[in-house]
Amino acid sequence: MATTRQAAIVGGNRIPFARSNSRYAQASNQDMLTATLDGLVARFGLQGQQVGEVVAGAVLKHARDFNLTRESVLGSKLDPSTPAYDVQQACGTGLEAAILVANKIALGQIESGIAGGVDTTSDAPLAVGEDLRRILISLNSAKTLQERLKAIAKIRPGMIAPEIPRNAEPRTGLAMGEHAQLTAHEWEIGREEQDELTVRSHQNMAAAYDRGFFDDLVTPFLGLSRDQNLRPDSSLEKLAKLKPVFGKALPEGAEATMTAGNSTPLTDGASAVLLASDEWAAEHNLPVLAHLVDAQTAAVDYVHRGEGLLMAPVYAVPRMLARNGLTLQDFDFYEIHEAFASTVLATMKAWEDPAYCKEKLGLDAPLGAIDRSKLNVYGSSLAAGHPFAATGGRIVASLAKTLHEAGPGKRGLISICAAGGQGVVAILES
Amino acid sequence: MADWYTNFANSGVGTTITKQLGLPRPAVLRRYEPGQPLLPGPAVLGSAGEGRLRDTLTRVLKDAGVTVQSAVVADGSTDGEKPAAVLLDATGVTGPAQLAAAHDFLAPAVKRLRASGRVLVLADPPSATDSPATAAARQAFDGLVRSIGKELLDGSTANLVYVPEGAETSLASPVRFFLSGRSAYVDGQVLTLSAADVPTGEDAEKPLAGKVAVVTGAARGIGASIAQVMARDGAHVVAVDIPVAGEALAGVANEIGGTALQLDITAADAPQRLVEHLRERHGGVDVVVHNAGITRDKLLVNMDAARWNSVMAVNLQAQLDITEALLAADGLLRENARVVCVSSQSGIAGNRGQTNYAASKAGVIGMVRAWAPEFAGRGATINAVAPGFIVTEMTAKMPFGTREVGSRINSLSQGGLPVDVAETIAWLSQPGSAGVNGQTVRVCGQSMLGA
Repeated sequence: MATTRQAAIVGGNRIPFARSNSRYAQASNQDMLTATLDGLVARFGLQGQQVGEVVAGAVLKHARDFNLTRESVLGSKLDPSTPAYDVQQACGTGLEAAILVANKIALGQIESGIAGGVDTTSDAPLAVGEDLRRILISLNSAKTLQERLKAIAKIRPGMIAPEIPRNAEPRTGLAMGEHAQLTAHEWEIGREEQDELTVRSHQNMAAAYDRGFFDDLVTPFLGLSRDQNLRPDSSLEKLAKLKPVFGKALPEGAEATMTAGNSTPLTDGASAVLLASDEWAAEHNLPVLAHLVDAQTAAVDYVHRGEGLLMAPVYAVPRMLARNGLTLQDFDFYEIHEAFASTVLATMKAWEDPAYCKEKLGLDAPLGAIDRSKLNVYGSSLAAGHPFAATGGRIVASLAKTLHEAGPGKRGLISICAAGGQGVVAILES
Repeated sequence: MADWYTNFANSGVGTTITKQLGLPRPAVLRRYEPGQPLLPGPAVLGSAGEGRLRDTLTRVLKDAGVTVQSAVVADGSTDGEKPAAVLLDATGVTGPAQLAAAHDFLAPAVKRLRASGRVLVLADPPSATDSPATAAARQAFDGLVRSIGKELLDGSTANLVYVPEGAETSLASPVRFFLSGRSAYVDGQVLTLSAADVPTGEDAEKPLAGKVAVVTGAARGIGASIAQVMARDGAHVVAVDIPVAGEALAGVANEIGGTALQLDITAADAPQRLVEHLRERHGGVDVVVHNAGITRDKLLVNMDAARWNSVMAVNLQAQLDITEALLAADGLLRENARVVCVSSQSGIAGNRGQTNYAASKAGVIGMVRAWAPEFAGRGATINAVAPGFIVTEMTAKMPFGTREVGSRINSLSQGGLPVDVAETIAWLSQPGSAGVNGQTVRVCGQSMLGA
């Protein structure tokens, strides 16, 4: 095996993100991922071609989503002999998939690959309750009529209610938004700065759409051609009218600051990124937008040690910077996933805090502030929405194009928080 | 693929009914399919006067595997198989007196013409003489051929090609086109050739092999059909359409093994983006089909600026801007480049409620005529295609009466199909069509509108 090389990001595709139970209500994960792969195939002329591997995942999966990515490949215009596998790392799924593909390319194990992610909160899996599930299993294994009747007799009306997947942490029972509100309180993140960040996200993304930035990043799906959550006319006045939606876990008297406006809504959508070796890209007359330079994951103990659920990227970034001899200021663009406006603000505040950086991150000096004009320049999840596993692919492709447009040698940082107290971060460079 | 009425009129009971009521009897047209012979039967070749094209025509026909039935000058009467095509070399005609020879040849030959037959007359251009008598005789073929087109039955067509001195080498591609099923809905047309260096060695089945072809407005309708036909003929198609049409566009690209490029061609940076895309992904471009077009109908007195401006921007200004950018991009337009611009019957005949649309589409005709010399200087061509009544999703939404009348008022008594437009564009895109430049070819079944 030869020395490693950096994987190139050739381009991406996603379908516009739709609000939950709306335009994509009838679309399954497989429908959306297949359409997204086909859009990528059309953009790069990959019909009938075999890529090294397709890696994708979904956070909310049906039992029928067995082998989701491979099944999507089989339904797409790619060569059916293209291998595929599923991954899942909550909201980090999409970026983790890109890292996995990039690493195999870096090692020379594959020459090209597609990383993606998809999620639907509309076509979500419903499960029967544990009691009913056990009865149904014993019914299935019953051999005699008597045994069957005995099993059926145990069913009670109360068992019929299905279990709906909740956006809550299994170990705390708190919704992710409740966790984020606790962190916002701890870091004294105000309502107004959250709303300001939200408005900027909408305005940046609307402007990017208007100038055609997304023309080669998005392919319409089911009649939707822009992200449904995008509000080009979003304003501080409008956002100020919204009532807080989280805060039940806050201490008495603390102000709840997070609204449906400055938090991402439940969203349906899918994304995909084409990665390759430089040689493969050149052979196919395809551009190299950027290279994936490095990546890092981290996790925090939000259960016992009081760290914020979404603070793991704060830990991951300094480790990755140190390994690459970079400072936080050595970047031309920052993509900090807007799970909630407060998450982005708390993340940046933590990096600026000398005590936190010393005690929690073990740094001699704080990482410092970043230039806000370089942050999420074409909008992020607050504007686009956040179909969990699809966000990473959206960010990787958009940032790679941003870097490419800015010229060679530009550097970008991606930071994505994920459920379970995890974080996935990466560096791209044009 | 024929419309309901054509199917009905060609059914057993339909034949009886339409004949007895004297209703139009549209034929099922002979359309091209890969592998099809040029003609389903022999061709009759005749001359009026001492023509200079007989040898060339004979060779073109023989190369295409066509049996040439008779070489008797000005006498089409032969025994045996009915001809599928009648060709008249009229380049020897110098005055009206010799027109009688044309009649003497054509009358018996056309009488024996089989269904979906072809009448093709080749003459010198009227403008290429100082003699009023000669010009009159040459111009006479215009009226003659158009009248034959109106008299022919059963899906047969008649067309006229003016061949100036020195343009004989340009003849093969137009002759093949007009005889083939590719020109099924091209009827009553007059084409003027020009002298050109015509590349040889073209693959008859894949005339666009190795070519990169841009087709705008490719997501659906005529544009999707153009993309399909170009790909069938061997081209790699860069299918362009507005971003909102991206889902259908990706479907078209994936079906034909092309690529999808979502681009609003009216955006200020669209020409530059297209140039960069073609340079980066393909290193250049061979064929550009300006097909994208919109309608925003209103009577002139009620038309607002938005309707006027948007139609002009898409249908005319974008064609100009993109073509200019391609010409200016050093080395991007490859040798034997072809630009084909979609005009419209409305641009020739005008149409009530379509002042904006008709103006834009007439503008396209002026544009290709003006640009032709510059293109010729580069060994390239630019032409326009003007579709008549073409059956698409758009016409399906027209009121029944309007649609039926619109589709019947032509010599073939039926609407054309998107593939008819596509075939004509694909033909103009062939390297062999080097001698067709600055022309506007109508694909209208010899419509009565604007004729």
